[in-house]
Amino acid sequence: MTNAILSHTFSNGLVLVAEPMMWLGSAAFTCLVPAGSVHDPAELSGLGGFTCEMALRGAGKRDSRRFVLDLDNLGVERHESVSSAHTGFSGATLAENLSTALGIFADVLRRPRLPTEQLEAARAVCLQELHAVEDEPAQKLMIELRRRHYPDPWGRPAQGEQQSLEAITIDQVCRHFDRRYRPGGAILGVAGRFDWEELKDHVAGLLGDWEPRAAEPVAEKAAGAKYKHLPYQSNQTQIGIAWPSVPYRDRDYFQAWGAVGVLGSGCSARLFTEVRERRGLCYSVYAVYHTLRDRAAVFCYAGTSADRAQETLDVTLGELTRLTNGIEENELGRLKARIKSALIMQQESSAARSSAVARDWYHLGRVRTLDEVGRLVDALTCRSINAYLAEHPPDDFTIVTLGPRKLEVPVGVS
Amino acid sequence: MEFRNHTLENGLQIVAECNGQAYSTALGFFVKSGSRDETGAIAGVSHFLEHMVFKGTPTRSPDDVNREFDEMGAHHNAFTNEENTVYYAAVLPEYQDRAVELLADILRPSLREDDFDTEKQVIIEEIWMYDDQPPFGADEKCRAAFYGSYPLGHSVLGTVESITDLPVEMMREYFRRRYSPGNIVLAAAGRIDFHALVACARRCCGSWEPLEVSRTIEQPTPHEGFQTIHKQTATQQYAMQLAGGPAAEDHDRYAAKLLATVLGDDSGSRLYWELIDPGLAEHAALNHCEYQGAGLMMTSMSCQPNSAEENLQRILDVYRRAEADGITPAELEMAKSKVRSRIVLSGERPRGRLFTLGSDWVYRREYRSIADDLDAVTAVTLDEVTAVLAKYPLTHSTTVTIGPLAELPPPK
Repeated sequence: MTNAILSHTFSNGLVLVAEPMMWLGSAAFTCLVPAGSVHDPAELSGLGGFTCEMALRGAGKRDSRRFVLDLDNLGVERHESVSSAHTGFSGATLAENLSTALGIFADVLRRPRLPTEQLEAARAVCLQELHAVEDEPAQKLMIELRRRHYPDPWGRPAQGEQQSLEAITIDQVCRHFDRRYRPGGAILGVAGRFDWEELKDHVAGLLGDWEPRAAEPVAEKAAGAKYKHLPYQSNQTQIGIAWPSVPYRDRDYFQAWGAVGVLGSGCSARLFTEVRERRGLCYSVYAVYHTLRDRAAVFCYAGTSADRAQETLDVTLGELTRLTNGIEENELGRLKARIKSALIMQQESSAARSSAVARDWYHLGRVRTLDEVGRLVDALTCRSINAYLAEHPPDDFTIVTLGPRKLEVPVGVS
Repeated sequence: MEFRNHTLENGLQIVAECNGQAYSTALGFFVKSGSRDETGAIAGVSHFLEHMVFKGTPTRSPDDVNREFDEMGAHHNAFTNEENTVYYAAVLPEYQDRAVELLADILRPSLREDDFDTEKQVIIEEIWMYDDQPPFGADEKCRAAFYGSYPLGHSVLGTVESITDLPVEMMREYFRRRYSPGNIVLAAAGRIDFHALVACARRCCGSWEPLEVSRTIEQPTPHEGFQTIHKQTATQQYAMQLAGGPAAEDHDRYAAKLLATVLGDDSGSRLYWELIDPGLAEHAALNHCEYQGAGLMMTSMSCQPNSAEENLQRILDVYRRAEADGITPAELEMAKSKVRSRIVLSGERPRGRLFTLGSDWVYRREYRSIADDLDAVTAVTLDEVTAVLAKYPLTHSTTVTIGPLAELPPPK
């Protein structure tokens, strides 16, 4: 079912990695630039997001209006985001428009106008996004959970904080761009219908002479307290629980992923079954695996009305403990079926594959083909997952709650 | 791609877009059952029933249902809106029969009272969850204000009170009528064995008893107005604005979609340049929603409270200018490029095609290929867009805002 993965490393460090999907009419790209929020100076949190917003306000020969207009005329469905490690620019469009779209984004990476007269508008956009989170209790909770679980700056929220966003100057934006937008560590993932030789030549022309800049190390600080309650006037209490896992490039990654799947994804997963289906305690409950390059976590969420929150937390923690007793054959069978079907269905989306190949390259320095993933999944056994769980039981929890009342968290956590 | 269709003796309709090249198979039962079919006494029953459908049948426990979907690795879910409840699953082609058999079986649910009582709690949690997230409240209030007593003004979720008071017998009675086979379409897209699909549907659904069921479609009488709901705990101010628009049966729905793209798409539209690019609003959009016999042009906006008044005025001014001067040929062409690209991108996945295929049949008993839709978009003229603006003026609307402001004056 798999296609060849093609890659090329340019002399300036930029990696082009691509997967042809010739049965599609579309093509998509994901460009990861090593300008993630971990590089925001502590007093200027949100600078990466602010810089990204400014970079989209005109580049090369296009002013901000022309930029949006040209992409819209090409029918590019685009998305930009800042994660802890990267600023990402992605787009999907009809295959014949891929080259032109890449040309427009090459200008963003290399020749943004960063127009001073639009600084206040960009600031307002960033502040709007920050304020909007205040009305999204689940999102607000998960941001805080991540911040407390990972050592700073790895848990730092990309959207920044009011005070720093208000203080950012045009000089800081320009300097951040100059230092951070660079080819070394940048990855351009492409998937869909394209001709590899043409694509490679085109990208060479656009980005082959992008000047390299020195990489800078990230200084780490300890994470926050293990339990935090955020008072919030709401009907529901939001509960977030995090614990350490192994990163994507670890040899045990598939074991860790499998264990999380049994616990928290799919409608026959343990959390959904025990917390929602049996007890009707909540509408939404899940656990997901999250990885950085060198560390990883499981993030677990449940939202329930305030007077049932304690019971929900207790039942959820009980399921985490029970997981260490091991998973069963039938659970593993369902897990494999879900993964296999998800892998095959990825073949239907150029956007999903362009982002997957770019992310694989970041974590592994190569791309796992879907066939290879299939074989690794087939090799999973209850024994292997249970051995992993025995060695890495869910513990050392970070817990954040958000709602009208604080909850009792077990000894050893608070 | 090949279109096939068949109707069982009991009235169940089967439609399929068969694509031998696809990697997966998407299947969905579209039931004409939604909040517009409810009375006040059973408000929220369609959506509650959607949850209960997953709670087991005479031969399957609720756990069996969940387990079996996961055993196939199905991407499955269900949703309820004003006029449809849709149950769908995307699976690998080898599971076609098994997925149809499971979906068909759960569409004859046991509706056991103890499951009903447990699930009531989940529904109430869902209502509380949305209640913590503005603009929830404004959208339903706005619909109700716009439509008055017209059934499309009904809330999909119902209220904590209506759900708490709902007896299981009323749900059973509602189910019996609305889930009659003549009221259901089975749609399929992707790699489909149509012969096997019909055989499986006949085996699993052929014994479903047909009952007379209808939906009265009258002309709505839209209302205009402006009101503010005070929600002290909210940080941002939210606005929902409804005006009339083409219905699902109307050809000018294509012109309405392009108009909405020109004026209120999330990138490059007039509202985008007026409100989003300068950072005056976090969100501002105009969308066209189509229903049986009615349609809406829905504006939504969120921003910091202190700019709400000015932003609403700006939206009104954008609409006034559009009504006075129309849109430009360049704007129309850009909107066509965007809409065409989205049709192609979403059509690459069978589950993307499933919803278009199912809705086209439910609303119009019509099959439209991707090429048909692309052609229809391409053919829209400026005059047709101007006609939509004249027939459905955006400046005549009902607005409801919700947020920390106790009062907000309407725009002038």
